[in-house]
Amino acid sequence: MDFLGLPSYSWETVLGSAISGVFLGSVYALVALGLTLIYGVLHIINFAHGAMLMLAMYAVFFLWSALGIDPYLALLIVVPAGFVFGYALQRGVIGRFSHGRDEITLLVTLGIAIMIENGALFAFSATERQVQVPYDFDGIDFGVTFAVWPEIAALAGSLVVTLALWLFMTRTDMGHAIQAVAKERRGAELVGIDVEHIYGVTFGIGAACVAVAACLLAPTYAVSPQFGYLFVLIAFTVVVLGGMGSFVGALVGGFLIGITEQLGRLYLGESLGLITISAIFILVLLFRPTGLFGQASG
Amino acid sequence: MSDTLRITGWVVLAALGIAAPFLISSGRWLEFIELTLFVAVLGQAWNILGGYGGQYSFGHAVFFGTGAYVQALLQFRFGFSPWLALPFAIASGAGVGAMIGYLSFRYGLRGSYFALITLAFAEAFRVLARSIVSVTEGGRGVSLPLNQDSGEVWTTLQFTFAEPFLRHAGYYYMILTVLILAYIAVWRMERSRFGAQLISVRENEDAAAALGVDAFRVKMKAICLSGMIAAAAGVYYVQKYLFVDPEIAYGPAKSVEALVAPIIGGLGTVIGPLLGAAFLHSIGEVAKEAIGALIGPRPGLDLILYGMILVLVLGYLPRGLAGLLDSAWRRLGGGR
Repeated sequence: MDFLGLPSYSWETVLGSAISGVFLGSVYALVALGLTLIYGVLHIINFAHGAMLMLAMYAVFFLWSALGIDPYLALLIVVPAGFVFGYALQRGVIGRFSHGRDEITLLVTLGIAIMIENGALFAFSATERQVQVPYDFDGIDFGVTFAVWPEIAALAGSLVVTLALWLFMTRTDMGHAIQAVAKERRGAELVGIDVEHIYGVTFGIGAACVAVAACLLAPTYAVSPQFGYLFVLIAFTVVVLGGMGSFVGALVGGFLIGITEQLGRLYLGESLGLITISAIFILVLLFRPTGLFGQASG
Repeated sequence: MSDTLRITGWVVLAALGIAAPFLISSGRWLEFIELTLFVAVLGQAWNILGGYGGQYSFGHAVFFGTGAYVQALLQFRFGFSPWLALPFAIASGAGVGAMIGYLSFRYGLRGSYFALITLAFAEAFRVLARSIVSVTEGGRGVSLPLNQDSGEVWTTLQFTFAEPFLRHAGYYYMILTVLILAYIAVWRMERSRFGAQLISVRENEDAAAALGVDAFRVKMKAICLSGMIAAAAGVYYVQKYLFVDPEIAYGPAKSVEALVAPIIGGLGTVIGPLLGAAFLHSIGEVAKEAIGALIGPRPGLDLILYGMILVLVLGYLPRGLAGLLDSAWRRLGGGR
């Protein structure tokens, strides 16, 4: 491993890597959006996020393999199901067992992640499964790199989901209620907001975001029970980098991490390139735990 | 419970532990107890920092894995005797603990943020172990040569070709020794000034600091001690399996095992990690047998139960099994 002399590449190669990093980053942003929403409102780090993504990926896969439903059409089924699952999980398990203490909540979500991951291993075995779609070889040629339609759909999806979340939070009554609970729980309770219901709805929306991510990822990623673990680490990094609770932060953080990962792979090699993600994670936690767009204290 | 009673209980337990290989001839059962003790050691390491100190680590594999890698690589690359590698391996646990502790505690990371940074360090070490192939052999892992000479059993610290009794119980006694040393250390810590300071930091760091406790120093000591014990578990692992790779060393499995046992057994108690490990392994084994008999062997079942038990204990038994035993004892009229 040559640490001192990094290889030099033509600007086309570097630009190509950066552009493919944007597409990769949009995937990370999609996963991170739900995580940052849940953190922003409930102030909990949802360790089960990756496991929920994996579960949604299996749902998309089985809808396709058993009923022949296209992954993008599956959005109509998986997203509402994700909302219901998330709402039930928060009200039935997380809220009930964690007594409102942060460390306990973290551990409860870890327990749920262990259950879901091993449940999937028990039920579906460790075999990788992937949806096959007819359109995953066509796409747009950017000259320096090539993007297939599913990647472009994921990029568009991440922008749409960010915009939709922002509109929902700022333009609807439910969004205002969620913001109120996030800012001042006791005060929101006093003006008659059902806080437990809001927590459930928030977690449900977070899970619905995961479901959107699963549908958009299914054409390009194979799913196995360990699938979520990889993404959850990256999603934490994105959320911490962007600032916990910030949608724009999640989007920008996603792109930055995606680009950094691709350039890291280019310059440091496939394996060591991944160190850039852990390094960013550690450095941001140490030096700027509020992230790029986060608010101080919280 | 009075101290004399507790000490008597521990001595009986230790005597049972030492006698176990004579009482149990089945290799499978002894192996089962051995693995339970292994998890109880990992759990005790976590318990020092998490249970007594209130700093929940989600990446304790980083200490276990570093101890394992140092023990393996010093033998593999430089031909060290395992006895000579041992102090380096244990020191490496303290060293990694000091590094992570210094960075996290200096910058004031608490609660969930500390959990995240330990997770990030474990992942960073996993990537490094995979990538720096010229040192660690990368994803292939490090395999130590198997000693087949029965005369070299003690110099190689390998019991596979020892005389029958040592072959049966050598590794068992190895982990039992680590366990007894670690548990005595924690027992003494609990009753020391350092232990009291550590608990005060857990209960309220600001108040402790206001009373003159140097919280940074106390947490540093705790993470180093914790790292040393986890690294000792790594040494045992390498000597027994003669193999380590990045997934085994730094993957999430060991980090999870390390924290689940003490939480279920009872945070901040000496017996907690042992109780938790014994309870979990027994349940897991019974479930595997029962379901295995019904539908054939399938992976994952024991861990599903671990997850469920973890959530239930967090919800209903904040003091874990040790707390449950304690209140049962009080109800029976003991401890008056």
